[in-house]
This record gives sequence, C-alpha cells and structure tokens, in this order.
Amino acid sequence: MMEPAVPEHEYLRAQKKFPSVWCAGCGIGIVLGAIIRAVRALSLSKDEVAMISGIGCTGRMPVYVDFNTMHTTHGRALPFATGLKLARPDMKVMVVMGDGDALAIGGNHFIHAARRNIELTAIVVNNSIYGMTGGQLSPTTPFGAKATTAPYGQIEQAFDIAKIAEAAGASFVARSTTYHAIELDRLIARGIEKKGFSVIEVLSNCPLFYGRLNEMGDAVEMLKWFRDNTTAAPGKVASGKIVRGVLVDRDLTGYVESYRKLTAASKKRGGA
Amino acid sequence: MAKVMGKPVALNGDRAVAEAMRQMNPDVVAAYPITPQTEIVMRFSEFVANGEVDTEFIPVESEHAAMSACVGACAAGGRAQTATSGAGLAFMWEVLWVASGTRLPIVMHMVNRSFSAPLNILCDHSDSMGARDAGWVQLYDETVQEAYDNAIQSVRIAEHPDVMLPTLHALDGFILGHNLERLELLPDEAVKQFIGTYKPMYSLLDLDRPVTYGPMDYHDYFFEHKRQQVAAMERALEVVPLIGEEYGRLTGRYYGLMEGYRLEDAELATVVLGSTVGTTRVVVDELRDQGVKAGLLKIRCFRPFPAAMVAEALGDKKAIAVLDRSLSFGGQGNPLFFEVCTALFSHGFSPKVVNYVYGLGGRDTVPAQIRQVYHELIKIDREGVTGPTLRYLGVRE
Ligand SMILES: Cc1ncc(C[n+]2csc(CCOP(=O)(O)OP(=O)(O)O)c2C)c(N)n1
Ligand code: SF4
Repeated sequence: MMEPAVPEHEYLRAQKKFPSVWCAGCGIGIVLGAIIRAVRALSLSKDEVAMISGIGCTGRMPVYVDFNTMHTTHGRALPFATGLKLARPDMKVMVVMGDGDALAIGGNHFIHAARRNIELTAIVVNNSIYGMTGGQLSPTTPFGAKATTAPYGQIEQAFDIAKIAEAAGASFVARSTTYHAIELDRLIARGIEKKGFSVIEVLSNCPLFYGRLNEMGDAVEMLKWFRDNTTAAPGKVASGKIVRGVLVDRDLTGYVESYRKLTAASKKRGGA
Repeated sequence: MAKVMGKPVALNGDRAVAEAMRQMNPDVVAAYPITPQTEIVMRFSEFVANGEVDTEFIPVESEHAAMSACVGACAAGGRAQTATSGAGLAFMWEVLWVASGTRLPIVMHMVNRSFSAPLNILCDHSDSMGARDAGWVQLYDETVQEAYDNAIQSVRIAEHPDVMLPTLHALDGFILGHNLERLELLPDEAVKQFIGTYKPMYSLLDLDRPVTYGPMDYHDYFFEHKRQQVAAMERALEVVPLIGEEYGRLTGRYYGLMEGYRLEDAELATVVLGSTVGTTRVVVDELRDQGVKAGLLKIRCFRPFPAAMVAEALGDKKAIAVLDRSLSFGGQGNPLFFEVCTALFSHGFSPKVVNYVYGLGGRDTVPAQIRQVYHELIKIDREGVTGPTLRYLGVRE
C-alpha cells in the first residue's frame, strides 16, 4: 500500500499529525491552506501566532498547525482567546470555529467579542450544519434545507453571520468560500492585520452531510455551487447571489488598545 | 397488569432509548447533539418528522437551553425529556439544580462520556457521578435491555407523587450506546398504559390555581425546601423497587435498587455499576467453577443510595472491592466507594474494603482485569492485610 502523502511546511505539524481526520472532499483543509498562506504572506513567525478553536470538525484545525495552539471547549473559543490576547497582546490570535461553535452554543460570546471589538481574527467555517456530530441543523442551515434533525427541511430562519458581526460592532467583516481560495488568503491576511475584531466567514463544503442530505453532489459540485451562486461585485450582476469580499472595514478602537490607554493613564495619575 | 409478550429485536443502546421515547411520546423533547448521545435525538427527530409521535422537538442551541426548555415545559404541565453526554451534562449544570429544586419530573437519558481535558469522547462516569449531588434520581444500565427498561421506568419514578424529582438513567457511551444487543420491546400500547397520563400537581397553565416557580427563598424557607428534597429522595428508595416490581409483572424482568449475583454465600465481593457488571458476572462464574467463593453486588440505583441493603448484603464478606469509573481527585476514594464504606460503617460493619478505578476515558475493561481484582481480594483475605486502599486497573504507572 502506498503511504499517504505528508505535507511538509514549517507551519504544520506534518510528521506528527497527518493525514487529517477530515473527510475526502471537505472544505476545512482549503481554509487551513488559506490561513497558512496568509500567515506566510505577512511574514509572521510561527511563534507570534496563536490559533484557538472550540470543538467540531473545524475545531480540529489547531492540531495540524505548529503555531501556539489551544483546542478548547465547544462554543468557548472566543473567551479562551480573549484571555490569551489580554495576557499576550503582542500575539496574533486567530480563532477558528464552525458555525455551530460560533453561533449556536457560542453565539453569546460571538456578539460580545464583536461588541468589545477585541483584536482577534475570527474565522468561521460555515458549512451550514453540525459536521462533527453527524449533520444536525445549525443556526446557519438555510430555511428549507435538510439536516439529520430536519429530515424534511429546516423551519427556522438562518443567521447572517456577517450582519450579526457588523451590528455587534466588529471592525472588519468579510466573506468568501472554499472555491475562492486565493481571495480567501487575502481576506484572512487583512483580517489578521486589522485593528479590532475581524470576522471572516467562509462558506465551506461538507459533502458528507450537508451535500448528501441536500443532494448537492460531490465536493466538486459543491465548489461549483459556490462559484455560481456568489458574487464579489454585487452591483453588476443579478441579485440573489451571496456577496463575497470585504463587507465592513471601519476604524474603531480595539479593546486591547483602549485597555492599554486606560491603564497607562491611571498609572500616570497614580504617579507610578 | 398481566404479562405481555415482548418483541425481540437487535438495537444499539441509543436506538433502544429512542424507541422507548417514541413509545412514551413525551410532550416536549429539547436537546443539543453530542457524541455518544446524538443518535438518540437524531432517531427521535425522525419520529417527530414522520408524525410517529406528537412531541414538540426543540433543536435548541445548547444544553443549557435544552435543560431550560425542559424546565419550562415541565412547569407548564408537560412531560419533558432530554438526552445528553459528558460536556453536555456539565453545561446543563445550573439548570439541573433548578429542575430538582422546583421538583420537576424531567427524564434524562444520559450516555456516559468522560470530561475534557484531555479531550475524549469515550466512556467513563465522570459526568453522571459529577452530577450526583444535583438532586436527580440516578439509575445505571447494565445492558441495552436495561437502558430501554430504565428509560420507561424513569418516567414513573420521577412522576410518582411521593417522589417528584427529575430522574436520569445512565448507559455507558459506545459500550452500550453504540453496540448492538438483543432486547425485547414492549408493544406500544403496553408502554402507553404503563406510564399513563401525567397529571401535574401544580401546573403553570392552570388558570384556576395560579402558581409561581423559582421565587426567592432565603434564610427563611430555603433550608426547609432542601430538607423536603432529601425526604423525597428517601421516599424514592421505596418507589424505585415498587415500580420495578410492577414493570416485572408486565415484562418478566423485575428490577430493584440493587442486585446480588452469587453473593449470598460469597466471601469475596465486588461492587459494580454500569456495563462492567456483565464482565464481572462472567468472571464470578469462572471463579466459582474453580471453587473461589466470589460474588458481585450490582448497584442499579445510585441516587438515592440503598445504604441499608448494601450494608446487609456486604457486612459478612471477608474482602470487598468497589469499582469506580470516575475520580474524586484528592479524596479518600471515589464516588461508589464512599457510599459503600459509609453504608458499612454506619451499620456497624468493618470488612476489608478496597477501591479500584477502572476504564477512564474509554479504557477497555476486560475479564483479566476483573480476575486480577478477585485475586488481590484472595490475597487480602489470606494475609489479613488490606494494603493500599486506592488501586488502579489497567493503567500504565
Ligand atoms: C457542551 C458540548 N455540547 C455538545 C458537544 C458536541 N459537539 C461537538 S462538535 C458539535 C457541533 C459541530 O458543528 P460546528 O460547530 O458547526 O462545526 P463543524 O463540525 O461543522 O466544523 C457538537 C454539537 C460538545 N462537544 N460540547
Ligand atoms: S463531516 Fe463534513 S465538515 Fe466534518 S470533516 Fe467530514 S466533510 Fe468536513
């Protein structure tokens, strides 16, 4: 039998952890690739970067990267990351979450991280379903779409992740898909560089559950769906498509910056 | 109720529980997926979607919400059930106490899973043992058949007017949850009759007798209310075997608080709960064939703990090993051991008792390990020296 190919890269725990747990055709690996390229493009050393995740298929990502990593509990990646960022403000902290992790069980933390506008880069891999536990409906399962807990279709409305992030106060909000990998690299790099809370929503393919239950075909067909049903130039094409690209980019003071200013000022007052 | 014919089927534990839930047809089921419980609610949501039950199924956004929804539904006078595992139970924590403190007969199907960290989805009892003080009646299942049977009896225990406490039954994750076993299902009608209709004593939607749930209760009455919960637990000691007896008349499978296996004339005994009871039975038979007077005490009902019966069953033994599948870090032993020792001591017995921790994080517990336990008991008995009280089975030291 042929040995599986092992990717070699200074940012990966290549010898130890591969092959990955992800199913053939899963989009999460594409997101991982984009993150690696974004970090490389910014010339960051692996020691300056931290990757925090919750639980889920997406939550497995930190296992494979040789950054400072923490695999935490379901829904709580952002609070863990908040603690880390406050203790080590110099670090670039990325938080990778599935849609359930970020918006179901962890939804409260998501809006508060955005409101606080803390300098974290949240990458939400939105495959419209709970992948890890077997394809149950999530808060981003579109109305009418099928899931293992909604065999005849979802009867609740889905969250718009980007709108929530914007309304709650994030500095930077962007959206892309696993089809648009190069675009995704750039958006992630901008998110990492941005001051304040940045959110990159990535529409991703879970052929095993979402694709199969909704008869979307294999991974390639799902990627084509992303190609054909999204647009980076909303004005020019027929509406009804999902908009990609930078959706919000505003200069707001981040939490760590405000915190530093506050402590510096109070130290001055105290004469310390 | 006369005995009815069961239908033999092959199901795994999760599916058997889902089947029991279908037959019980609760008013509300609220749940959030977590391995190894997920198959229960996934299967159940199919029943809902296919109109096989009248249940309102709420796919809530977390376990905290699941237990909260059950509290709401039950306070409104409905029959409410949920299922969870490990971290899911932990996330329900606050509301577990609300459920018991407001005396709501919610039923939970618990599929045991270890707690993080390190992350592990496999079986041990850290989750349900961690919740032992939350005021829930706790039953442990030995087989898939028992998972089905206990699921059904839980409703009757919880809703019994002398009890009115939330009740959970725990099945070992993967070992029972995911393994196929032969079991007998009751006819739908028999389950319906056995559980009857729930008549809530105080319902939120009773407009003639309006009530409030969960008001402030300080130094004035809080203590009395807790004392009443204690009394309800004590009464559950009477109710659990009553329901088990009635269920036995229906199915031929009788249930008590505990069960001795070749225990009466035994000199060396183990105390076990959950699926490892099955493994231990095999070893007991084997040792009996070799002339060793080995016996086993299976605990079915851990909360309330049948202390007097346990003491009576074990008081005359020469050496006893209590097997725990969870830890109480820094303690003098672990949950089941505490109970057994206290039961013996408070009833005037002091045999030699040791505590074994086994199977954490899904570590396989095989007959050889149980054999080792009995051989160490033989040694303790022969040499008259207890040696270390706390021991660990099948771990690299
Ligand atoms: C408190 C708690 N509840 C439930 C789970 C079980 N669980 C693990 S991952 C997951 C959902 C995964 O879906 P998502 O977050 O969308 O990530 P994906 O797997 O799709 O990447 C759930 C419910 C858990 N680990 N902890
Ligand atoms: S279940 Fe879906 S999300 Fe999870 S690894 Fe497989 S394809 Fe990816």
